[in-house]
Amino acid sequence: MKRMSIESVAKGFRNKEFLPSEITKILLKNIKKIDSELNTYISLFEESALKNAILFDDDINKGNYKSLIHGVPISLKDIFLVKDELCTCGSRMLSNYISNYNSTVYEKLQYSGAVILGKNNMDEFAMGSSTETSFYGPTLNPWNKDKVPGGSSGGSAAAVSAGLTIASIGTDTGGSIRQPASFCGIVGFKPSYGRISRFGMIAFSSSLDQAGPLVTSVNDAAILLDILSGFDSKDSTSVNLPSTQCYKVLKKGKFAPNNFTLGVPFELLGDGLDEEIRKNFEMLIKSLTNVGFKIKNISLPNAQFAVATYYIIAPSEASSNLSRYDGVRYGFSEDSEDSTLEEFYINNRSKGFGDEVKRRIMLGTYSLSSGYYDAYYLKAIKIKNMIINDFNNAFKGVDCVLTPTSPELPFDIGEKRNDPLKMYLSDILTIPANLAELPSISIPFALSMTNLPIGLQLTGNKLDEEKLLKISSLIEKEVSFDKEP
Amino acid sequence: MGFEAVIGLEVHSQIKTNTKLFSSSNIDYGCDPNSNVSEVDLGLPGTLPVINSRAVDLAILAGVSTNCRINKKSTFARKHYFYPDLPKGYQISQYDEPLATKGYLDITTSDAMKKTIRINRVHMEEDAGKLIHDLSNDYSMIDLNRAGVPLIEIVTEPDISSPEEAVKYLKKLRNILIFGGISDCNMEQGNFRCDANVSVRRVGTEKLGTKTEIKNVNSFRFVQKAIEYEINRQIQLIEKGKKVIQETRLFNSKSNKTYSMRSKEDAHDYRYFPDPDLQPLILSQERIDKIINSIPESFEDKISNYLNKFQLSRDDVDILISDKILCDFFDSTLEYVNEPKVVCNWILSEIIRYIKQDNFKLKGENFAKLIRAIVTGKINNNSAKEILSKVIETNENVDTLINDLGLQQESSEAFLSQIIDNVIKDNRKEYDRILNGETKLMTFFVGQVMKETKGKGNPQIINQILKERFRID
Repeated sequence: MKRMSIESVAKGFRNKEFLPSEITKILLKNIKKIDSELNTYISLFEESALKNAILFDDDINKGNYKSLIHGVPISLKDIFLVKDELCTCGSRMLSNYISNYNSTVYEKLQYSGAVILGKNNMDEFAMGSSTETSFYGPTLNPWNKDKVPGGSSGGSAAAVSAGLTIASIGTDTGGSIRQPASFCGIVGFKPSYGRISRFGMIAFSSSLDQAGPLVTSVNDAAILLDILSGFDSKDSTSVNLPSTQCYKVLKKGKFAPNNFTLGVPFELLGDGLDEEIRKNFEMLIKSLTNVGFKIKNISLPNAQFAVATYYIIAPSEASSNLSRYDGVRYGFSEDSEDSTLEEFYINNRSKGFGDEVKRRIMLGTYSLSSGYYDAYYLKAIKIKNMIINDFNNAFKGVDCVLTPTSPELPFDIGEKRNDPLKMYLSDILTIPANLAELPSISIPFALSMTNLPIGLQLTGNKLDEEKLLKISSLIEKEVSFDKEP
Repeated sequence: MGFEAVIGLEVHSQIKTNTKLFSSSNIDYGCDPNSNVSEVDLGLPGTLPVINSRAVDLAILAGVSTNCRINKKSTFARKHYFYPDLPKGYQISQYDEPLATKGYLDITTSDAMKKTIRINRVHMEEDAGKLIHDLSNDYSMIDLNRAGVPLIEIVTEPDISSPEEAVKYLKKLRNILIFGGISDCNMEQGNFRCDANVSVRRVGTEKLGTKTEIKNVNSFRFVQKAIEYEINRQIQLIEKGKKVIQETRLFNSKSNKTYSMRSKEDAHDYRYFPDPDLQPLILSQERIDKIINSIPESFEDKISNYLNKFQLSRDDVDILISDKILCDFFDSTLEYVNEPKVVCNWILSEIIRYIKQDNFKLKGENFAKLIRAIVTGKINNNSAKEILSKVIETNENVDTLINDLGLQQESSEAFLSQIIDNVIKDNRKEYDRILNGETKLMTFFVGQVMKETKGKGNPQIINQILKERFRID
């Protein structure tokens, strides 16, 4: 079976070409065949997925559609809680953790009739850019199994790319949806901060975390945004607006490239950018100009500090958010008769967390310490606000900001494992959108000489997902990237 | 040269909401351990706090009642430390932007002077759970029912100069919170707790001495004792040429001494930072005004009404206002009968003994019937007490009960005269002794008449007739 989009599956249902259970069975078969090697899933809901799919067959046969994703198999990054199911967050700390409640994201998918296939592999607590920090081992890139799929939603991206799910929901704190989407040649979309409820989504950095879809088309991204967005009274930071209606707008299609100006911050595309990516990106700009887009050089003067700012804010919040994992009430713990309370804590957290998580807890603990708080955390917040300001200025003259998604091609598994700083720098182009709380999407547009996908990134103005997706849809058509691994 | 004490107080008081500060679990006291806990209270992965709007309103009320400025923007911060009673590894509190600031309360000092105690801040925070150490020999148990219960913290400036002033301030604050419906301030349940910051300096010096903090004192008496002890301890240290060390101390109520808990060097670094899960709390002027306008009668007004309008004595008022239950019962009775002094006397002599019992059912309206029956002479005091003992637990209609029990007072002179004549006839010897001047025996005759009337005789009338018979003026 060729890889399918949500749209094409939904169309197939409506044309009575196939049924939810048939699609589900094919995907489960594919997973069994190749996932032992790719390692995109941490847990598979084989039984419940099939059972639900068969129930949905009946609805589809009768033409009772709850939504466009009714009967469509979808997977979740293993960071979203599903009642009575394991939720590991890629960590030994939660390797035995069964949730007793549902995340809002899961409930919305369930309400819309999705068949939930299982939970995808990820970097531990979403900390990483390669899915190598997972307690469950790395996920391989379907395009080249020596390469990483990106991270932290690497399991999601690889599963969508390899046709092991129709779509997956991931999370993006500094690029964790867009960078793996780019590495795996699919579409990854992070909406504005607060668009999708964080309730029941395990927190990494609360002020930056945002859920979003990893899919095979811009239309699919719009479909899932419409379903997952909307105010949630259980999340005080969720935006108090109703669900979006983007898919309808895209379908109407009453917009053209010459309506839009794309801003390119050329100053950010300096030495660190891979030469092949640069060449392809320059060609992209040419072809976009040719079809009518206006291209403008813009300046985001403080974006150069984005990585440094991010690596203060995110670890600070993480060090706080991860304090609850002490092994007292749940999670990894070793009971030892003669250990003191402090020894008990130290043992649980030393063995329950991996190196990258511990590294970030230490970074964050340090920057929140009294005497350092002003110099680090407070300063980082100030720079975050300056970056927001930079984008506000930019959006006065452009509709969208265009860059490559990643400065580099998918790298080798193990290549950066011992060089965290180098790993952190691979997020340089994705982080600004998180700091500025903006919607941002990665769309595949080219292949390298080594047959690895290259993604472009479009960042829109806050809460204007509609315009961003319109532009994305036009560019997707223009680049017409139809390659699969 | 003498010393003076400089004292600041921090009070934690549980506010009267139905549910917790950031979750919908209820906050009833005394439930089975861990029965009032939700995923939020347990600090489960993926949970998020949502502010309880009722708690905000009550905290605003506390701020207004302590003459504070209510800040239209305040923020929540996380205070970090590891302990098994703190499920998230941090407590959500308010730090650099509290809800209310710059208030004051006036107290009357021992030399009858008015003194203003400035209040630095009133802020909201969640309580921690509780560890129970005596259920098992091998383990400490955790009860998280209290985790997330809403508290307000009220912090004074160091304006208090003696243990007595501290207690006066605390009593006044407690009354304000209770009568404002903000908190029950039940000290046994630990929902009104006090930390005291104490330092001493030589009279006439400006510079503050090194302070110590006495944590978690939960009775007025202990606050007084703890501060007294701490002041003396510090003075002695200085007089011996030693230094006071900045530290946290605990009060032991058995020895009446304070003990070092941890020094400044061991103090936690709480790593406060704004809670990214909660938006800043933005209050509209309308919301604040609505709360200010909803305040029925200030505590001060209440006292002044009792003293001036109802003419109650200062002592009686002090007892009444020592407990909101007594005041509420007094107020509700007065709605039905305008006899403040009689009502007050009966409450302070009788009702006070029963009102805290679980089976106390008497309502003010019914109690007012009893008072009316007493005042109009329908029943005498003994009958009133008998009726009271019956209605305390049932709230049975007092008027019906008077009729059913036939306790209506016998005031007919003709009827009582006849009984008195019979009693005299049966007790000639005693009658003669009275005539010979042994007037003490009057009570014997009153008793006999009462016996004959089964206690229903009107004692005043009986006395009056007896005096006529014995020719006593």
